[in-house]
Amino acid sequence: MLRWLPEDVSTYGHEIDSLFYLIYYITAATFILVTVLMVVFLVMYRERPGRRAIYSHGNTTLEIIWTIIPAAILIVLSFMSVNTWAKLKSEVPPSDFAIQVTAKQFNWDVFYPGPDGKLGTQDDIRFDNDVHVPVNKVVHIHLTASDVIHSFFIPNLRFKQDAVPGRTVTGWFEATKPGRYELPCAELCGFGHSGMKGWLHVHNAEDYAKWAAENLASKQQ
Amino acid sequence: MSQTVAAGATHAVHGHHEELGFWRTYIFSMDHKMIGRQFLFLGLFMLIIGGLLAMMVRWQLAWPETPVPGLSAIPEPYMYEGIIPPQTYNALFTMHATIMIFFVVMPIMVGCYGNFLIPLMIGTRDMAFPLLNMLSFWVGAVAGVIMLSSFFVVGGPAAAGWTGYATLSAKAAYTGVGMGQNLWIISLLVLGISSLMGSINYITTIVNMRAPGMTYFRMPLTVWSLFVTAILLLLALPVLTAALAMLLFDRTLGTSFFLPEGGGQPLLWQHMFWFFGHPEVYILVLPAMGVTSDLLSTFSRKPIFGYHAMAFSMIAIAFLSWIVWGHHMFISGMNPLLGTAFMMTTMVIAVPSAIKVFNWLGTLWGGNIRLTSPMLFALGFVSNFLIGGLSGIFMASTPVDIFIHDTYYIVAHFHYVVAGIIFALFAAVYYWFPKMFGRMMSEPLGKIHFALTYLFFNLTFFPMHFLGVGGHMRRIYNPTQYEFLQPLQDWNVFITISALLLGLSQVPFLINFIWSLFGGKKAERNPWQANTLEWSAPTPPPHGNFEVQPTVYRGPYEYSSPEVKEDWLPQDKPLAKGAAVRGH
Repeated sequence: MLRWLPEDVSTYGHEIDSLFYLIYYITAATFILVTVLMVVFLVMYRERPGRRAIYSHGNTTLEIIWTIIPAAILIVLSFMSVNTWAKLKSEVPPSDFAIQVTAKQFNWDVFYPGPDGKLGTQDDIRFDNDVHVPVNKVVHIHLTASDVIHSFFIPNLRFKQDAVPGRTVTGWFEATKPGRYELPCAELCGFGHSGMKGWLHVHNAEDYAKWAAENLASKQQ
Repeated sequence: MSQTVAAGATHAVHGHHEELGFWRTYIFSMDHKMIGRQFLFLGLFMLIIGGLLAMMVRWQLAWPETPVPGLSAIPEPYMYEGIIPPQTYNALFTMHATIMIFFVVMPIMVGCYGNFLIPLMIGTRDMAFPLLNMLSFWVGAVAGVIMLSSFFVVGGPAAAGWTGYATLSAKAAYTGVGMGQNLWIISLLVLGISSLMGSINYITTIVNMRAPGMTYFRMPLTVWSLFVTAILLLLALPVLTAALAMLLFDRTLGTSFFLPEGGGQPLLWQHMFWFFGHPEVYILVLPAMGVTSDLLSTFSRKPIFGYHAMAFSMIAIAFLSWIVWGHHMFISGMNPLLGTAFMMTTMVIAVPSAIKVFNWLGTLWGGNIRLTSPMLFALGFVSNFLIGGLSGIFMASTPVDIFIHDTYYIVAHFHYVVAGIIFALFAAVYYWFPKMFGRMMSEPLGKIHFALTYLFFNLTFFPMHFLGVGGHMRRIYNPTQYEFLQPLQDWNVFITISALLLGLSQVPFLINFIWSLFGGKKAERNPWQANTLEWSAPTPPPHGNFEVQPTVYRGPYEYSSPEVKEDWLPQDKPLAKGAAVRGH
């Protein structure tokens, strides 16, 4: 089933994926165990004339066992998830590369700092739906929306963050492979929701410098 | 009159019943059984509508922007010669979910079976407040009419998703839906009144009107589940009502509860909606669990495994359901620390769910299992709930949820849980049909219905996990607009064909249901040889239910008890002195 996962091109994608795999193996094993037992019981204990069911109201030891085992597994999963979650959300690595994305029906407005080198000022340089970043560089994205809630989703980076009107949320990623990756909106945002998408272009350092010189530097002068 | 009757309890049963006319018997009835049947017919009617809406959604996803066969007559701008435009598509999935949740599962599992079963199973003659009960149905029916009427107003019905997220839902300009969204809000407000009346009635009846000897821990788990559900309804719905009222004010009076330009908070809607919405999931699933527990025990001819654990796990689920709502909001921009806390509580709520599944297995173990239609559907519920429960662990893990949130993985998960309830719903219909209508349903048709439904349900919903893993977003109109979804499109076609066949698989049920209503074999009093009190009443039970006030001597699951020769021992059957000490 997990072979359908899009190729992972971010520094933290493998951590999400390995949790995904771990939970997949645990749940698949549980599913098989319970289903096999159920089928076996249905065959073994199917109605036969003259037989009588076992008169039992339960077994406290068994019940304690099958309360404690899932509880223990879930606690371990929680702690493993907490670590990754903190890494993704709370321990944001510093970066000097930041862009702002303002979502609106039905476009991503992508802003790069203008001549003043700061985001959120009049001279910001705006692009429609195209995000250009260098590879192997921590990118900060300040996300907001101007009308309804959208969700900035880059499947290949395992990145998803809602863009909420009235507040700015900062997310981050570091791409590990140059390429062109699709950037759909993942939150229902109106009749144009489907097809609201952009592209993330991950360049190697050289190509990024070239792109920046052509598209940013010229406007920054 | 061989039964020992508790002194003073008979007068209620032998109360004088005057003959009621057509209107008072069938339309404005105050008899809990007729109200239960009314809820059943309302729910089944809405099930057909909700199902057809889903078929249209699936058509568009498999063969985007091609004409839906037979729908070319629907005028523009709702459809273009049979082609579904994006605006209509959004309305279709919004109304599909709204109808299925609020007008199918709730009316049938809570409205119908709550009404029909609670008085019969606890051994009383009716609900505590019959007039309130009648009003509960009719207010609910009015809510249904309001919801359906929104299909016929300018701009079409609501199109902001069943979750109605602000700000999309808070301004007509954002969706292009004006009146339709207002009617959606008003309908749910009205339905909330209906549910409140019902839940007050259920709680009062269960607390005060149990038959002599019917202690709390002798109640069937179906009654326990409805009791817990009623408490959840009573506490959760006011929050939804408040949120809906605020939304309506934002839309019509110019307030800004959820609109940031006036100082409001879009996330406030999500907090309020899910504070109601997560208990709501358990409002839907708990009765299904209760019914399944009863049926598994009855048809395994064996006491339920761990009765107390089953009752307490329902209470635990109900309690925990209040503190997990944030798991719907991990990527909403909510503080990540809150995400951690909600992940912990969500992992914890998986434990009582696991206990239930293991106890169901324990019930089957060592049984003498009768694979009747209701039993097959109950087993189908267990099997689907197992998948739905396990897939929930993925999204409980906050990092994994980053990827699968808002994808078809979620759609697969909640259909296994919520659409899986339909198996318990069918199990209940097949099981209690004889008591409700006095006739048996056809077993062969029931088994065909089960086999087809189980097969195509899984072929429809299981591959949605693959779509989700591939990153396929939910609620998109045309998946072929995305390059990365191209390899998955064949699955969309496969799912749609399965879904259409799942729809067709309901034909045997419709035939069986309607035919059995009029031509089914006459049902005897206790056709399944079950223990609970409803089977001690005549079939179908008259107004007032029991010929004599039943007295309860034991728990509901004394199957294959060594104390009697038969493999069942009804709750109200007196045994020779000193014998009736087993059970709860």
